[in-house]
Amino acid sequence: MRFWFGAAIVLAVLVAVTASVQYEYFFFAGYTVLMFIVLSTAWNILGGYAGYVNFGTPAFFGLGAYSAAVLYKATAAPLVVQIALAAVMAGALGFGAGMLTLRLRGIFFAIATIAVTVIMETVFINWRYAGGATGLQLLRPAPIAPFDSYIKMLFVVMGLTAIVAVAIARYIERSWLGRGLRAIRDSEEAAEASGVPTLRLKLIACTISGALMGAAGAPMPMYLSFIEPASTFNLNYAIGALASPMIGGTAHWLGPVIGAAILSTLQQLITVTISNEINVLLVGVLLVVFVVAAPDGLVGLYRKIFGKR
Amino acid sequence: MSALLKIDGLSKSFGGFAALTDVSLEVAQGERFGLIGPNGSGKTTLINCVSGLLRNDAGSIVFNGEEVSRLPAYRRTRRGIARSFQVPRPFHTMTVLENLLVPSAYVVHLKDAEGEARARELLKSIGLADKANAYASQLSQVELRKLELARAMAAQPRLLISDEAMAGLAGNEVDEVLAILFKLNESGITIIMIEHIMQAVMRFSQRVICLDAGRIICEGVPTEIVKNPDVQKAYLGA
Repeated sequence: MRFWFGAAIVLAVLVAVTASVQYEYFFFAGYTVLMFIVLSTAWNILGGYAGYVNFGTPAFFGLGAYSAAVLYKATAAPLVVQIALAAVMAGALGFGAGMLTLRLRGIFFAIATIAVTVIMETVFINWRYAGGATGLQLLRPAPIAPFDSYIKMLFVVMGLTAIVAVAIARYIERSWLGRGLRAIRDSEEAAEASGVPTLRLKLIACTISGALMGAAGAPMPMYLSFIEPASTFNLNYAIGALASPMIGGTAHWLGPVIGAAILSTLQQLITVTISNEINVLLVGVLLVVFVVAAPDGLVGLYRKIFGKR
Repeated sequence: MSALLKIDGLSKSFGGFAALTDVSLEVAQGERFGLIGPNGSGKTTLINCVSGLLRNDAGSIVFNGEEVSRLPAYRRTRRGIARSFQVPRPFHTMTVLENLLVPSAYVVHLKDAEGEARARELLKSIGLADKANAYASQLSQVELRKLELARAMAAQPRLLISDEAMAGLAGNEVDEVLAILFKLNESGITIIMIEHIMQAVMRFSQRVICLDAGRIICEGVPTEIVKNPDVQKAYLGA
């Protein structure tokens, strides 16, 4: 109950901000932060709970973005439908890629997920209708009331997506599914021997994780009024989605949220004030610092200091 | 006594290395069965095939009248085959109690409150009650072995395979674990014990099979086994 109360307040604040702040760049940057909260939360379902490190975030994110863009080009469907289709397509990719790759363990799984990203990028580079390598220009429709700009609307939509993503992750964490995934992370053999259908659970996690990443990608073409393969399937999405849970903590749903909020905000600030290259360096440095000094992330650090586990 | 587990013509190779060759054996309902053999003789491979972690190349495994050799491991656990691991593999980010809740949720399908009550009972009977809320990383070696057994038991199995539950333990600790296994057997659970500590196997088992280089070299009651020249040769060398 407290969770939903908090979620309602967050949403109310996001809407209130769109009504009071006129500075457009704020929403442009805020959208990115919220998007990384969704991506990190989604990543953590498979990567954090089950311990399967996924570098395929761009594949799911990009498939979601392209599904939305192609659907919009073909039918001018509303944003909600675009997001729904993106989630279904990316979920299906999660299931399919999971079938092929989830039998692999550790580093081999991670390598296979990079391959999935490369395959997806290659597909869209060669698909003329979706714009090929040069990309696709899209005209935004008018924003829906009460929003006076499309970016503000996307900002709230992404906020809502983040709340849904976090709610799903939190539910999984507390359910039988979460316990099974933790067992898989700790010892896959012991999990099987304890009756956990490991492959099925990993597939469920990969499908849900993929669907949420796809949903996070869906508004991207509208956000930029443009889509092209190289930036859509950029490995930086994989690194951001992976680094945030590491920084915030992978064991608790709050970890990726805190991690993404801090990391993404810092990145936005540095991109504007210093340079885009330094912000990538920042991710690397933070990742090393946290892996060495606080392997359980900020949530783990908090628990350690205040003696709660 | 009818056979609970019937293995027939079981073979398993890793590449060109034959780990098990034509192994056949039967374990009766309620029996205390010992499996011995020198290092690398195929004991753990055999029980990995029975528990489903490995697929056998040839032969059949019939458990409780059902062919199980093509079932995934988790389904075999649900049929009633539970095992402990030679090197303890606790769920180290969970408490001892939570470790037991995994099989109780996934095998016995108990709700958390009921599963927790059962788990606490089980921990009490196995002597781990005071560690219920400790994390696996805080346990001693003997406590880890007990946790392995307790987690296997939380699946409420008909057959418990104990893979070297006593290796590396001190004398009185061996007695402690042995007492637990006797108690479980009295409650009707069939037990296969794999062990290097001869004295323990011989005291515990009603019947013993000795493996050497993936083949059964002899079978019998403990007193016969120790006198068997093949067993002595396998262990001490010719």
